Amino acid sequence: MQAFLRDATEFLPILLEGVRLTILVTIGSLILSTLLGLVWAIMRVSSIKLISRTSAGIINVIRGIPIIVQLFYIYFVMPDLGVSLTALQAAIIGLGIAYSAYQAENFRAGIEAIDKGQIEAAQSIGMGWWMTMRRVVLPQAVRLVLPPYGNTMIMMLKDSSQASTITVAELALQGKLIASSTFKNTSVFTLVALLYLVMSIPLILFVRHFEKKAGRP
Amino acid sequence: MIELRDIRKSYGSVEVLKGITASVEKGEVVCIIGPSGSGKSTILRCINGLESYNSGEILVEGQRVDRNAPSIVSIRTQVSMVFQRFNLFPHRTVLENVIEGPVFVKKEPRKEAIERARMLLAQVGLAEKADAHPPQLSGGQQQRVAIARALAMQPKAILFDEPTSALDPELVGEVLGVMRKLADDGMTMVVVTHEMGFAKEVADRVLFIDGGVIVEQGAAKDVLNDPKHARTQDFLRRVLHPL
Repeated sequence: MQAFLRDATEFLPILLEGVRLTILVTIGSLILSTLLGLVWAIMRVSSIKLISRTSAGIINVIRGIPIIVQLFYIYFVMPDLGVSLTALQAAIIGLGIAYSAYQAENFRAGIEAIDKGQIEAAQSIGMGWWMTMRRVVLPQAVRLVLPPYGNTMIMMLKDSSQASTITVAELALQGKLIASSTFKNTSVFTLVALLYLVMSIPLILFVRHFEKKAGRP
Repeated sequence: MIELRDIRKSYGSVEVLKGITASVEKGEVVCIIGPSGSGKSTILRCINGLESYNSGEILVEGQRVDRNAPSIVSIRTQVSMVFQRFNLFPHRTVLENVIEGPVFVKKEPRKEAIERARMLLAQVGLAEKADAHPPQLSGGQQQRVAIARALAMQPKAILFDEPTSALDPELVGEVLGVMRKLADDGMTMVVVTHEMGFAKEVADRVLFIDGGVIVEQGAAKDVLNDPKHARTQDFLRRVLHPL
């Protein structure tokens, strides 16, 4: 135990540098995936066939390619096309796009769960499609969507470790580097695991809070 | 002010409206009665552009109703709708429900809209519920809010789609009372209803619809007290004396 604490004080500053990047990647890709997911979802429920099919196609392509391959593509292939990104930018964009497909399906489920009568009431007072979405459908869908959204947040926190494959020195990669140079695998990976757990606690509380709230009539 | 000319409407291969021709004058109260599935609600929904129709023509103040044309917005602000299941916005307060259309669709100043909304809520007897949320209200109260929401648009006519059918029987009276007051004030109303008492006392004219056609129409007293058509007689007998 004492050895572990000694290791911890020695490694924590380096690992915390990794934590900073983990949080950056998570928050960045969370914002991007939410915005993109919302766009896909709204396109998906459009009554115009071309728009909804385009969105369905995009979602299926994104879902059908592993996150790690998407990251490789953005980081290693895009420069050939003239778009050079830093590893951090590529990680945020890659994870953001990859997760936008799951966000979109979640948002769509929320939008489609809204009673048709709500939409008719909005139309009957003269609202157009977009205003109906913005003023009536989306505010109600948010409540339904929040519990699964919390889950997605936790998954994104953990999947941010995939950014290590394109050299982002986030928590998992920092851990691996320290472990391979000190051979203190137990201490290092226990610390890494604990740090992930600590970061996910606020998200878990968030999910619980909204699950309770959504349960209320 | 509302004119329907030979309206036909099909869902797939089922024709629900088989040539409806009727008109509603300004200030008139017209009740549409008839068995379930006869096409009553569909008529209202076509007037408001919530449904399209296959052929014929609907005119509101001379303007053709086409749910895909931009003009539908102006028609909807002139002809409000009250639904069977109220369809209030549950995430907004009663007051916000009432000002939603005036402020966000008609772009009225918020302060004016709130003032009028409070007046309308008082008119339907719910001034003290302005800050409540719809799920906290009884069905009758919700429907009265829905009427206030319709009135807030300052419409030229209001369409009521079975406004009391989803209510507990003891709550029907409070809603019909508000509607009668509206009729007395000269509001143009088209009411799909099973409340024969209301039709008899408040309506100027009654249309009896069955199988997608108008079987009989005329002054409310004539149609309800002395129906000419056998199908109307049969319907009224069943409704008025279910045993």
